[in-house]
Amino acid sequence: MTTEAITIERTRARRRRGGRPGTAAVYRWELRKLVAQKRTFIGVGAAVVVPLIFIVAMLADSTGGPEGVPFGEYVRETGLAIPLVCLSFGAIWLLPLITALVAGDIVAAEDQNGTLKTILTRSVDRSQVFAGKLLAALTYTILVLTTFVGIATVVGGLAFGFDPLTTLSGTTITVGRGLFLILVGTLTYAMPLIAMGAIALLLSTVTRNSAAAVVGTLMVSIVLQILGAISALGFLEPYLLSEQFNAWQGLLREPIDWDPIIRATWVSALYAVPAVACAFTAFLRRDVTGG
Amino acid sequence: MTTSAPPIEARGLVKRYGHITAVDDVDLTVSGGDVYGYLGPNGAGKTTSLRMLLGLIRPDSGSARLFGRDPLAEGARALDGVAGFVEAPRFYPYMSGRRNLEMAAALDGDGAADRIDEALETVDLTDRAADKVGGYSHGMRQRLGIAGALLRAPRLLLLDEPTTGLDPGGMRDMRALIKRLAGQGITVLLSSHLMGEVEELCDRVAIVGNGRVLYEGSLPELIATTAGHYELRTTDDIYAAELASRRPDISDVERTPDGVTFAADQSVVAELTIALGLAGVGIHALQARTASLEELFFRMTES
Repeated sequence: MTTEAITIERTRARRRRGGRPGTAAVYRWELRKLVAQKRTFIGVGAAVVVPLIFIVAMLADSTGGPEGVPFGEYVRETGLAIPLVCLSFGAIWLLPLITALVAGDIVAAEDQNGTLKTILTRSVDRSQVFAGKLLAALTYTILVLTTFVGIATVVGGLAFGFDPLTTLSGTTITVGRGLFLILVGTLTYAMPLIAMGAIALLLSTVTRNSAAAVVGTLMVSIVLQILGAISALGFLEPYLLSEQFNAWQGLLREPIDWDPIIRATWVSALYAVPAVACAFTAFLRRDVTGG
Repeated sequence: MTTSAPPIEARGLVKRYGHITAVDDVDLTVSGGDVYGYLGPNGAGKTTSLRMLLGLIRPDSGSARLFGRDPLAEGARALDGVAGFVEAPRFYPYMSGRRNLEMAAALDGDGAADRIDEALETVDLTDRAADKVGGYSHGMRQRLGIAGALLRAPRLLLLDEPTTGLDPGGMRDMRALIKRLAGQGITVLLSSHLMGEVEELCDRVAIVGNGRVLYEGSLPELIATTAGHYELRTTDDIYAAELASRRPDISDVERTPDGVTFAADQSVVAELTIALGLAGVGIHALQARTASLEELFFRMTES
């Protein structure tokens, strides 16, 4: 029998049996588990509340904006500047922390609950369980980031108006283009954030302890930022993950500066791919002894 | 799948943690329809063996096959028709019992979701299925563990000390449930440190101590090896012991605080009672003393 014939026969057999579950089944249930847990909403809640606090603080004060932050001086001119300022603030600890809250927990919580053995003695392979968890953590990261930016954009716009935005090059762009660039900027920003999530997932798999994974990810984030602040290590700066959180600013120059975006793509991959590969290998080979 | 392959076939399983050998060259064969006792004290390596059988941990050497399939090589496919739990069954405390089973069924496929109601009914948890598992008692979690296993319509059940931590009523119900499932033709591997439980439920047994299998075979045969021992209490134990000692076909005669013990064939025992009666010695009690599994176990581990 040829390989193709074997594959077809297996597919038929699977259909007869009512289907063998795979990554999609794990993914669906990982999302349901996230929805059933409080910590998920702590992260989403922070993503909603933090932009609101910033907007309220701006409304309470009649003049000025945050200094030393890109677009800080334009927050009173247009609400479109609000999400951009929030992105700069969020990179320091907020968004990496929220990401780590779930990605750092997604494997370790199973260890601590003793439920890893429960799911690994069903009809899904370890690789499928890992893939489902990875996708769930990714989904959460993107959801949190879009919520953060979405709330900042909508409420910022309502508070300070949907007006044309002044770019970092000093030119003015329309509201439509501004919104489009915020969307693309969010995707750019998602890349290093996903890489942070990958590091959290690795720590979650290896440490088997949620707190260690969450705190460990934050420490990685802080160490990278400290390295970025040391002038003697300036040569490292382009390769630091923390620096890639600023890459979106290239979109808000005219003409668009693609260099930081291209670099953010491969630098983020440089962190994310080995982290995921190591986590995957560890998850596949590890002994499940707890619970 | 090899249909003729035995439900469990483990050869030379070894697992070491540092300098401690948790499982030491374990061979195990469980045939279809067996209710197989895996008996040993805590720390004997029972759970580690079960984890290796289910592919949860990697043996340092040796192999385990379930219906001819190696979980390490074939992954989840090797667990087709296999269910059970090691140590206490674990669930997500923040979800209801039913929700936990729904998740398990989603990861089982093969129509497992259609069996949820029946499984809840079997373990008598239908009324509490909507409650969060976080509020379940230990016994309820054990029963939910069995329900989770039944979703897979198993042909082989691996149960690791399923009655541990249950109250006497819970233990009785759990044993009755295991008997019922075994009666339906499900092969059962029951790990336990409770001799009485294994005696009550199992027909074959492996006795393990310090990671090694000390005995493997039929339980009645094992118990029969100790048959022929008697305890005797009479109106004159000193004379009874002397009379017994004089007979060449009676051995191991010993005086105990309660009477006399000896070993002999059944026909010889009958003759002894007549001799005692003729000598004017009355018999208060005479009973065959079958060594319990517990005694057998200690005899094996001590040797």
